[in-house]
Amino acid sequence: MADKNILLVGSRKGLMVYQRAKGSQEWKHTDTHFLGIPVSLAAIDAHTGYWWAMLDHGHWGCKLHRSADGKVWEELEAPKYPEGEEVKDGVPATTRYLWAFSPGAKSEPGTIYIGTEPGGLFKSTNNGDSFELVRALWDHPSRKDQWFGGGRDYPGIHSILVNPENPDHLYVSISCAGTFETTDGGKSWEPRNKGLKADFLPDPNSEIGQDPHLVEWCMANRQVMWQQNHCGIYRSADGGKNWADISEANGPANFGFAIAASETNPQRAWVVPGVSDMLRVAIDGALCVCRTDDGGATWKAFRKGLPQESAYDIVYRHALDVVGNTLAFGTTTGNLYLSADDGESWEVLSHNLPMIHSVAFC
Amino acid sequence: MATIKFTSNLKRFYPDLRPIEANCSNVREAVELIESEYEGLKDYIVDERGRLRKHVNIFIGNQLIKDREKLSDALKASDELYVMQALSGG
Repeated sequence: MADKNILLVGSRKGLMVYQRAKGSQEWKHTDTHFLGIPVSLAAIDAHTGYWWAMLDHGHWGCKLHRSADGKVWEELEAPKYPEGEEVKDGVPATTRYLWAFSPGAKSEPGTIYIGTEPGGLFKSTNNGDSFELVRALWDHPSRKDQWFGGGRDYPGIHSILVNPENPDHLYVSISCAGTFETTDGGKSWEPRNKGLKADFLPDPNSEIGQDPHLVEWCMANRQVMWQQNHCGIYRSADGGKNWADISEANGPANFGFAIAASETNPQRAWVVPGVSDMLRVAIDGALCVCRTDDGGATWKAFRKGLPQESAYDIVYRHALDVVGNTLAFGTTTGNLYLSADDGESWEVLSHNLPMIHSVAFC
Repeated sequence: MATIKFTSNLKRFYPDLRPIEANCSNVREAVELIESEYEGLKDYIVDERGRLRKHVNIFIGNQLIKDREKLSDALKASDELYVMQALSGG
């Protein structure tokens, strides 16, 4: 497992960088980039060392920036939909939000993927100098009639999982459509949503129209996938072919947006629950992080160091991350928390950040 | 020649931004001229379909342009065209 000593925090008012010395758990705020500009996501591509930031200017549109050193940034042309493409009949497709980012496989440094609202996946093979719409997913026969917006006006790709050992194998997840898998480099896509139950659909078992909020996998055993769904928490042990509901029947681990999967232990994952979609606040005014160590059979709620009264925070889907036994999450009210003991106790890195869209250990 | 002027907020991204003298017959041509003078700036003003971004306004004199989709509003030599940000959010 590579050292990850940088924590990138994408916020409503810029990209905040925290760093720790190697082997230390003392994280310090070292830089702020794009001050005042909403940053939806930020990442460092481990294959190339390049830093990436996805911006959502309120006025000027979505912008993509990259940096070789994390200091000097260069604006690139963000992915664009080709002329004539439509979200639905009569609705022209334009890039409305950059919502997911992933490097390609290890064997293809400089390949990156970006997921967008309104539902297009874009691929670059020249480190972001140009992008192409992944045509077969965009042309999937289900898209125009069965994909729809969830949390945003139009369908959006928020999760991209690229098999680091196989450039032809990846998953994307879409709110609302579900998860799709390709094993031929994006030429064909199969829905992977069996076992999910969407209580907002006429047919809750429909293969298309599900609302995964975030999908992750166990890097050491990528057959094991996890998803925090709009309608509960699910786990797959067969690469997404079948999903089992692992929501906690009489406990907090149920509704939420984010999920983090252990890189090494396929039985372990974390969520930060909230009150379901009618309210979207912390449960009973208190924050907790729930962890399963047995593949979702049981959950433990951890509260030490987290506010237990008068809290209204929720955690957006990209705002929880894990590296080793260290976790971080950021909240809608600008609180940034860190745990160095597998999520069992928490300390505050800041109470004064803007709304946090994403956190990423890099 | 019409004159194209910009909100100072765009100087954050284009520090050398200056008013442009434009021999253009409509707003669409003016946006293309802006792009030729400041590469990439068009993308801040219109989306990839050429429509004025939701939170951007273009004025001719004191009048908002009428055609935000195709930018067909006519420009006269005496006009001043302003690229402004809308006051979305108050």
